[in-house]
This record gives sequence, structure tokens and C-alpha cells, in this order.
Amino acid sequence: MSFEFSSILQMQEDVRLGKISCRDIVSHYIAVIETKKHLNVFLEVFAEEAFQKAEATDNKIKSSEKTGKLFGCVVALKDVISIKGKNVTASSQILKNFTSLYNATVVERLLAEDAIIIGRTNCDEFAMGSSNENSSFGNVLNDLDNTKVPGGSSGGSAVAVQAGMCMVSLGTDTGGSIRQPASFCGVIGMKPTYGRVSRYGVIAYASSFDQVGPFAKTADDAALILEVIAGKDEHDATTSILPVEEYSKEIRNQKSAIKYKFAYYPQAIGHEKVDPEIREAIYNTIEKLKADGHSVEAKDFKYLDYLVPVYYVLTTAEASSNLSRYAGIHYGYRDKGATEMEDVIRNSRSKGFGKEVQRRIMLGTFVLSSGYYDAYYTHAQKVRQIIRNETENILSQYDYIILPTTPTTAFGIGQIKDPIEMYLADIFTVQAPITGNPAISVPLFRHSNGMPFGLQIIGKRYKEKELLSVTKLLQQGY
Amino acid sequence: MKVDKQLVDKLANLSKLNFTESEEQEIIKDLNKMVDFVDKLKEIPVDGVEPLIYMIDETNVMREDEVKMEITKEEALKNAPLADSDYFKVPKVLKKK
Amino acid sequence: MNIYDTYEVVIGLEVHTQLLTKTKAYSGDIAAYGGEANTHVSVVTLGHPGSLPVFNKRTLEFAMKMGIACNCSITKVNQFARKNYFYADLPKGYQITQDKTPLCTNGYILIGEFGKEKKIGITRIHMEEDAGKSIHDLDPFYTLIDLNRAGTPLIEIVSEPDLRSADEAYDYITEIRKLVRHLDICDGNMEEGSLRCDANISVRKKDEKDFGVKVEVKNMNSIRNVKRAIEFEIKRQIDAIEKGETIVQETRSFDGINGSTKSMRSKESAHDYRYFPEPDLPPLIVTEKMIDDVKKEMPALPKQLMHKYIEQLHLSVYDAEILTSEKNVSLYFEELITKTKNYKSAANWIIGPVKEWCNTNAKDIFEFPLTTNHLTEIIQLIDTGKINFTIVTQQLFPALLNEPNETAEGLAKKLNLIQQQDSSLIEALAEDALAKYPEKVAEYKNGKKGLMGLFMGEVMKMSGGKADPKIATKILEEKLNGG
Repeated sequence: MSFEFSSILQMQEDVRLGKISCRDIVSHYIAVIETKKHLNVFLEVFAEEAFQKAEATDNKIKSSEKTGKLFGCVVALKDVISIKGKNVTASSQILKNFTSLYNATVVERLLAEDAIIIGRTNCDEFAMGSSNENSSFGNVLNDLDNTKVPGGSSGGSAVAVQAGMCMVSLGTDTGGSIRQPASFCGVIGMKPTYGRVSRYGVIAYASSFDQVGPFAKTADDAALILEVIAGKDEHDATTSILPVEEYSKEIRNQKSAIKYKFAYYPQAIGHEKVDPEIREAIYNTIEKLKADGHSVEAKDFKYLDYLVPVYYVLTTAEASSNLSRYAGIHYGYRDKGATEMEDVIRNSRSKGFGKEVQRRIMLGTFVLSSGYYDAYYTHAQKVRQIIRNETENILSQYDYIILPTTPTTAFGIGQIKDPIEMYLADIFTVQAPITGNPAISVPLFRHSNGMPFGLQIIGKRYKEKELLSVTKLLQQGY
Repeated sequence: MKVDKQLVDKLANLSKLNFTESEEQEIIKDLNKMVDFVDKLKEIPVDGVEPLIYMIDETNVMREDEVKMEITKEEALKNAPLADSDYFKVPKVLKKK
Repeated sequence: MNIYDTYEVVIGLEVHTQLLTKTKAYSGDIAAYGGEANTHVSVVTLGHPGSLPVFNKRTLEFAMKMGIACNCSITKVNQFARKNYFYADLPKGYQITQDKTPLCTNGYILIGEFGKEKKIGITRIHMEEDAGKSIHDLDPFYTLIDLNRAGTPLIEIVSEPDLRSADEAYDYITEIRKLVRHLDICDGNMEEGSLRCDANISVRKKDEKDFGVKVEVKNMNSIRNVKRAIEFEIKRQIDAIEKGETIVQETRSFDGINGSTKSMRSKESAHDYRYFPEPDLPPLIVTEKMIDDVKKEMPALPKQLMHKYIEQLHLSVYDAEILTSEKNVSLYFEELITKTKNYKSAANWIIGPVKEWCNTNAKDIFEFPLTTNHLTEIIQLIDTGKINFTIVTQQLFPALLNEPNETAEGLAKKLNLIQQQDSSLIEALAEDALAKYPEKVAEYKNGKKGLMGLFMGEVMKMSGGKADPKIATKILEEKLNGG
């Protein structure tokens, strides 16, 4: 029985009508995963559990029992999201054999709504990277062109959806790690407002930036996943108490006549590093939006070149502290040769962490160290405030900010060797995590080189409904 | 701002990382690039600006002093690189002569 | 004058107290002392990937109580900070503490004799979490780690360098310990480690304005050892200076066996803890109302009670000190004085027989079998002359201990201990007694007033000890003097 996935709601209707069973759906995805093994997306496939959950759901439906919002929904999780009893590695050797003792809150919520978790996906080590070339378990390949990167750090989760290995997936976004691979892979990738989704059970990279978010093919699916995982969590003191709207229902019922106000940065779209086709595609979209009655205005943003430096000072500082727990003492990899405590710690970390992780730990340690703290860390925190003020100012006058997600389409594997050049690829995606705003990459375009690229929308804080609405509008008409 | 071997040694000590000779040369180069890159922030004046520390609006997020036990001793020791039935085991800190 | 007398010691103390919360500072696992190793843990305590801290509100309540008791200003906007360092008993590789915004600042406590107290400044009190325990002596090659204690809430109390002797330091810690126990926030057990002290000690010539080089001393596991360590350090530092040596700024460990301190020569020079604000915990805003709510819940403090007992109840300093040395004793006393106005008697009974019972039986005063009603009755019986003091202490009190269900008066009646207060009866006895010793009566009338004792003894004997001595004396005097 072949299975064509278009949306979660459609799939659920088909299942209820008996056109297909959950079991067959899981079979389908297991087969695709096997066929596409070469992409190196999954670090582990949970075939047994997935079939069990599928069968349980099929039984529920047969006996007319109540099913969860996500019944039949096959989800993949980036391997920084803890599942009780399963390995979680952050794609690092230092956690190679680590088994989680608990479920992340997002996992609890998915399971409570009967989602089927199909496996854990490859990513850049400790979520540090923009190409999935920093995984200690090998690169992930872009399904549309295996010589190209999928983007990172959530490369595996992006390709899982791109290549039809699951219906939706979860990644994490700290500087663009959901949106950038979404752009490179031609799918939707969304970073919610900071504090919208619980980080409990999610391996921390940068505590005041990290957010879990969905990859999906449609705004409806992204909305459904988000409303299930979002909301206050007693285990995470940085989650918001604001109630979670029924995003999926809200955007289904939205009135198409609403006209929006967009701002765009000429400095961003006109940036020298932006591929000319990308520039043209975005300007064309702007014209079409105007033609459709929406307001689109240029707004100067003079801090564009400072975004990536601010991001790197603050995230590496937090990461250098968050990664101190990986020391070969209570869990994780321990260097067998070490016979003395100091060596246990140093050897285990040096052998267990990859190069990029070590680089960022060193930079983070530097900016926090005595003598440099004020000049680097405190200074960057103040610049963060300035950037937030400026962003709030813009969004007090406009509903959304439009900009490219990435300056180019997916680059070649091994093409970018210089770390700074790699960091600069994040130039458009770091703003939202710096300010805490929600942002989404919408897969509207195809480059003449055959690769997709997305349009990025930044929304007001806690206005995910509005962000998903405009995503739906763009996907339908642009 | 120049990053030299002495600074790298200090940072490596603080972050408990070892570098071989060649690795150290590389990390000195990389760190210099990275520090030059972030030095750009000095161009932005910040007088009178408070640092942005907390990204949510809520304060006083607290829990009740109620016991909630969720894992057993066996689970706690399960992932230990070395443990006996009761304790984590780590090679001793060498007493310096 | 010896050379040591030309120097002055300057001491500052850092005291860490474990708070008696049910759960850890940032997670819901059990915080109680003891327990099988690694059973009072959670993924948060273990520092597992993805785990996050959530603040225990009782930590704030307890810390505020101490701050208020120490006359501190309470900080309005409280941030938490990470103190980063690697150690086997610190699973996260950092401790969540307070750095720039300690909860309490600028306070003081009083030490020393009543009326001559000295103010010892308290620079700050802040909230943090304890580390686990490293056990070095159970295995020859490995250090064993027990994380039960990791995450237990602590408050760190830092004094100004106002202490000027080992005795003052002793008094200061004693007072801190008394306070935390009185507030029920810590059991103050130094041997078990629920109260720990580090000392910063320097010396200088008496007329010197600048401070000398500060030496930190750790590992003193009793209040007495703190005193011993300081005494050793004072001598060591002065001896060194007199020899022309410079004092090394360092951390030293106290050796309880020979009372000395030894250098803890560690590989690293000063730690760089890279403090930065804890991003996982939003700030705590402490309002006036929150402070008032805590104040309402607080018991009267030992020093306040001292003043009340001395100034209002006119008890002696000695008595007041004993009555306020332990919270339960002061609570018992407070209850007793709502029932009797004979404060001195009330104090005497508690300080004497009650405390003696407690000490002998190694029990707390709340386990003492008699209630404040019993003691009130006893005091009344004596004051009204119904029983004399000696009979009460020697007969009634012990009997009542065995039969606490009886009332004092009831049992006294049963045991026939009520004093004979009938004047006519006593008069008859007096006449008999005087009649027995006519020559002694004559001697008395001639000036040997000491013979009153003999007559009294006779009256008491004849009455089986029950004649009210006051009445008997009065009647005898009347008869002897009146003719």
C-alpha cells in the first residue's frame, strides 16, 4: 500500500476512513528511511516502539476510543531531545553511550497526544554548526543534491522531512539551526518565541537562546505540532505563563482578507553576500505583497554587522558553562588511560569533544574570564539590549519583518573551511534568538541551481498564531 | 586584542582541555580570528544601557518545597563510567609532592 | 608585656548553614541528612543533560528569616549566578549561587556580655547550593562520590572583619548557631556538617591602620576547633613576622589532632570562577509585603527575650542567658510566665530541676513530663505557704514526675504533704517545744538567739515536718519575746 503524505489532518482522515492503517504508515516510513540510509539522517530508528504505538492507535480507532491530536503522526527528534530509556548523544562521542533517565517535556507532550516517534536524528555536535558537518557520527547529506550540506545544526531533522522519512520533526534553534536548514532543504522551519516551548530535557547549548521548534511541509502541520509542545512547564523556569492558542484551528479559520504591514531591511536584502537570485526573488515577493494590498516598507537596520559577533560572544559564554558537566565523572565518556582526576577530566573532554565544540568552549571561557568579562560579555549583553529595543521599535510599527533566511543556497560539503565564514552564514537568522522573537523560514523559492531557499519572517513575541497565519498566506499565494 | 600561548594555556586550564603542539598553534590562530571578529562590538556605544539578561518577562518563578522522587539509585549510577553498587568512582586527586 | 600583646588579630568568618527544607534548592529530591548513598538524587542533582533548576521557595523564606534576625537590608531584585569550577562532587561543573545581588546585606549581630555587647557586622547573606560528598578513605585508588548532599540549599553568612580574638570568634559562631536553631532553619550541627565555618585571619601591630596579609583556614569541624585554629594562627603569624618572614596569602587546613594549620598547597593560583548571571532562573523580586509576611511568622529572638527577661522581668543576666540558650527552653518559659507572675521562681524551676532532668535523661524540654500548669501550681503552693520549698523539691516534685496525670495539689494532698498552717495547732506545738527545753528558753532570753533553730527543729519534728516554718517562727518569737 503506497502512502502519499500531504498533511497530518488529511492522514488522520484517511486513517479514520480506513483507507490506511497506522501500522502501514509506519511500515512506509521505515522503508523510506532504509532506502535513504545514505543521507545519514537517523542515528537510531525506533522501529519496534513505532510499530507498537501504531498498533495501539489502530486498536483505539477500531474500538472508537479517544485518540490524541497527533495520532498517526510520525515524528523524528533531533538527538538533543531526551527520550527515557534511549540514548541521547548531541551527536557527540562524549555522550555516545549515554541513556536518558527521563523524557523531555516536549516528548511527554507528543506522546500524550499519541504521536509516533520514529527515531533520533543526526545534528551538529552539541548543536554547534551550520552545515551538519560537525557531527561525530558523520555528515548529513542534502536529499536534493547529495554533494550539498543540509544546513545545521538540525540538518538531520530537516532532511527527515525533506526526504519524506517522517511527517514532521523537531529541531532546536539557537542562532538559526532550524530555519537555516529549512531554507537549504525546502521545508518550513520555525523558531518559537523564547520561553514558548520548554527546554527541559533538551541538551543545552546556549540557555537564553535555545528553543525547540518544528520542521514541516505546511503551516497547518507546524501549527499543530507547536500547539502540542508549547506552554508553561513546571520543570523549566524560563517558560512563559501566557496561554497557548489553538494555532491549527486559528489559522484554518483565518480570514483571507487581512492585510499586513511588513518591514524589510534594505541592508539585509541588498547585502553584498546575498546571492543575486535570492535578492531578486525577495524583491519580487515584496512587489507581489504590495500588489495584493499589503504594506511593505523599507526600514533601516544599522546593527546587521553586529548581530553575529553579539551572538558568538553570548552563546559561547553560556555554552562554555553548560558543557562543563561533560567531564567523564558521573556519566558520559571517560578516557580509560587517565589515572588521576585532573587527567580524567581533561582527557575525556579533549577526546570526547570535536574541534568546533572545543573552539567555542575556549572562546566562551575567554569572554567570561577575569579581565575580559566587562569588555566582552557585559558589553555584548548591552548590545543585545540595544538590538532588542530596535527590533521592538520596528515591530511596534509593523506586523512582521521580512528578510532572507540565508545569503546563499546550500553550499557544498567541505566548501566552507573558515569558521568565521561559516559563522557569517548565520547573519540573518541570529537576530530572532538574540531578541527572543519567533521567526520562520518559508520554502517559497527554487534557485536556478536547483536548490531551494526560503523567505524568513520575524514576528512579534508570543504572536505565533500571526506568524503561522502569514506563513499559510505566503505558501498558498506566493 | 591578541591571543597568545600564555592566554590559551590559561583558558585551556580553566576549561579543562588539552592541546598538542600543533593543535595549540591552530587554536591560537582560530581564537585570534574569533576575538578579532567579536571585537567589532566595541564600535557600538553602550552608555546608559542596561545589559539584557533575562529573555522572559516573568519573575519569582518558584516551586513548593514538596518531595518528588523520580529516579532510583540504580538509575543514578547507570551511566557512570565507573561505579560500585553505591558510589561513583573517580581516580583520586594526586597529592602533589 | 610580651610581644604577642603588641599585635592585634583581625578575623572575618564565613559560615555556611544547610537549610532544613524538605527538598533541594533547585529540584524536588529529598534534602534530609543521611540516607543510603546516591538515593536522594534527581536528574537535576546529577546534572544530567537537559536538566534545569527550579527555585525552592522555602529557601527564600528561611534565608529572609536569618537576614531579618541579623538586622540586614533585604535586597529587592535578586539574581542567581553561576560559579564555574570543576570538581568531582559538583556534577554541573558550576554552583548556582548569588554573586552581585546577595539577598541580605549590611547587618550585624551582637556578641558578648549583656549590657556590654559588641556589634559584629554582617557583610552579606546569600543563597546557594551544597556540593556532594567525596569520600577519600574507603578505597585505596578511587575517590567515592555520594551526591545525596548535592543541591541542598545553603546560606552563606559573611562577617565583616570585626572579630578581634579567638574568644570573640567562638562567641560569634555560638550566636549564629543559636539563631539558626531558634529560627528552625538549620540544626547547627558542625560535626555533621550542617554548619560550617571558614576563617580569614590576619595580624597587625596594634597601632597599624592597614590590615595584614589574610590567611584562610578551613576544615574546622567544631566551634572549639575554630577557636583552637585561630589561636594557632595568631601565634604562627606573629612568630613569622617577628622572624622577618612575610605571611603568604593562602588557604590552610586545620589539623584537629594537633591543633595546627597546614598549608593546602594546590596547583592552581587564585581560581577564576567566571561568575555570570544564571540564565535558567528568572530574578526574584522581594517586596515589602513578602518581608512583612516573614516577619509575622518569626519567633521572638534570643536577644530580644534576654532584654525582656532582664529589663521587664528583672531576672539576672545569668538566668536570662540560660533561658534563651535554647529555643525550646525559651518557649517553655514563655508559656510558664503567662500563667505565673513569680518570674524568679519560674526561672529557678526551669534552670534547676527541669534542666537537670533533661540533662540526666538526655531529653529535650518538650519531653519533660510536667506541663507549665504543673509548675504554675507548684510555684503557687510554695508562695501561698501550703508546702514548704524543701518538701516540694524533695518529695512532691519527684513524685509528680512519676505521676504526671495528677495535679500538683492533688498529689500533695494524697501524699499528705500540705503544710500545716493552722496557727492554733502550731501554737500548741510551739508551747510543747518550749516546755521541753526550759533551760534553753532561758538562755535564749539571755541573748543566745541562735537557739531558735533548736526550737524550730522541735516544732518541725513534732509536726512531721509540715508546720509552716514562717508561721512557726513567728509564733515562737512571739512566745519567746512576749513572755
